[in-house]
Amino acid sequence: MSKKHALSAKKKKKIAGLCAATLIALVFALIFLTPIVLTVTNSFMTQSEINANYGSVFAKSERGGKVYISETVNLKFIPDMVSFIQYYTVLFKSPNYLFKFWNSVILVVPIVFFQLLVAMFASYGFTRAKGRLKEIVFFLYIILMLMPYQVTLVPNYLVSTWLHIVNTNWAIWLPGIASPFAVYLLTKFMRRIPSSYFEAAQIDGAGEWQIFKNICAPLCKGCLYSVAILVFIDYWNMVEQPLILLSDSEMHPLSVFLSQINSGETGLAFAVATIYMIPGILIFLYGEDYLVEGIMYQGGVKG
Amino acid sequence: MKKRTRMQKISAAAFLSPSLIGVLLFFVAPFMVVIYYSLIDNPITANFVWFKNFANVFSNGAFKLAGGNTLKFSFVAMPLSVVLGLLLAILLDRNIPLRSQFRTCFLTPMMVPVASVVLIVQVMFHYNGAVNQFLSNFGIGKTDWLKSQYAQVVIIFLFLWKNLGYNMILFLAALESIPRDILEVATLESANPWQIFWGIKIRYLTSTILFVTIFSLINSFKVFREIYLLTGEHPYDPIYMLQHFMNNTFQSFDYQKLSAAAIIMSLVMVIIIGALFITENHFGKDVEE
Repeated sequence: MSKKHALSAKKKKKIAGLCAATLIALVFALIFLTPIVLTVTNSFMTQSEINANYGSVFAKSERGGKVYISETVNLKFIPDMVSFIQYYTVLFKSPNYLFKFWNSVILVVPIVFFQLLVAMFASYGFTRAKGRLKEIVFFLYIILMLMPYQVTLVPNYLVSTWLHIVNTNWAIWLPGIASPFAVYLLTKFMRRIPSSYFEAAQIDGAGEWQIFKNICAPLCKGCLYSVAILVFIDYWNMVEQPLILLSDSEMHPLSVFLSQINSGETGLAFAVATIYMIPGILIFLYGEDYLVEGIMYQGGVKG
Repeated sequence: MKKRTRMQKISAAAFLSPSLIGVLLFFVAPFMVVIYYSLIDNPITANFVWFKNFANVFSNGAFKLAGGNTLKFSFVAMPLSVVLGLLLAILLDRNIPLRSQFRTCFLTPMMVPVASVVLIVQVMFHYNGAVNQFLSNFGIGKTDWLKSQYAQVVIIFLFLWKNLGYNMILFLAALESIPRDILEVATLESANPWQIFWGIKIRYLTSTILFVTIFSLINSFKVFREIYLLTGEHPYDPIYMLQHFMNNTFQSFDYQKLSAAAIIMSLVMVIIIGALFITENHFGKDVEE
């Protein structure tokens, strides 16, 4: 009898612990999602509603016209009236935003594609090569990968001036493609492929190119998705490189431009910010597991 | 046989070459020039002045401010992101309901560009903003967060928001790799969760904790992005970081100062990365094998 009672007390304690854990997780989840959800919902508000809610924050640029400005801000999750006017303006009336979005696409997509392509070759080279020199070179790649932009941008800028590509997309593309990040992750992955796979193919008379194309590349498919996601989010978020390498602000990607939006256009800004999130969110919805895998490879937990 | 290994060497080099050429051209070669620039007085007369540029940088007020702020930020943001990341992982390691949905929530900020949420963060931390309104319920006076001595608090919030998911995944993987039978034995011996955590789990976590710590430190140097997007080119003093210093120096084309500062930064990074490797070699192996 008493034993049964003790057991249920223990069970109760366990349930209480579980509830507490869930509650804490819930609080964190709310904090994490609030900025995103608010940005999205606010993009469906009209400019006058935005002004009424946040007028006191962005008021300084209001000139002329009577705008009701509240004393305090009013974080609202649900618009009074759902309106697509901001999206309509962004998509059809002010091409500037779409133009900047297109800048982002033009800058990021080639980097993701070619960085991965170059990295596939290099990682295969690192996996197949032997000897001390290879270790040293790979170590150099790791150091480079971990360096912050404060350090790598100075050499990048120097080369760009020598090649006369400052203020062109090439100044962003070329260092991006040469970046060692994807090489590091893919090499870590390829090293876990049993070398007997390669040796068996070699005995059958396959050349290195055939081994690479028919055996190594198909095995790397999943890992390639992971790396592509990580490379994409890094460059989609880029700020430092365009600020220094592209002096012409017309060429800046949307990530930089969003921070310079005129305070009179806050309503538009929310719509643009939402549009800018969409690619990342879509990739995330379809590839969350790949993202997790990628983080684990990067963190050295795997491989 | 000998011929084959030679062939293999050549083909490995061929596979490596596109990447190697890129790395040499865009990172290594110009970095050598940066070292050279840091030691001369100017590129035209090119007299060696050795460490004078470094001395100039170290005595520069802006550099001192930027370096101090960066260090201050790193030493608050780093432990917070390790502890909170571990906390989230522990929460998800238990069988709480909606576990995978929570994981998705914690990871989402990673995929959202910082530029997209900057507006909301400004609304929250503005003088008339939501945070002040909330705090006023407790009788706490208003502050203009981004223009006060508390400016770093906002940046730390944004840093954690962006990076906690990443740390959580690493800790979660480490927690899941702890052999189940050990934990089962401990439960049978009626050890309480507290004992299990400090007695068993923490030992399997040491290498990950060290790794995440150093990785967070490296990431904390990259926080300029968030600050720039929130405050533009001229932030309030407490959030004037090393990257701001570099950007300003870029604008004045002072290659000597720029190069010396880049070298100093890279030396600091090499020390940190060295620590990373020693920890990974030292602790990584005895748990995994």
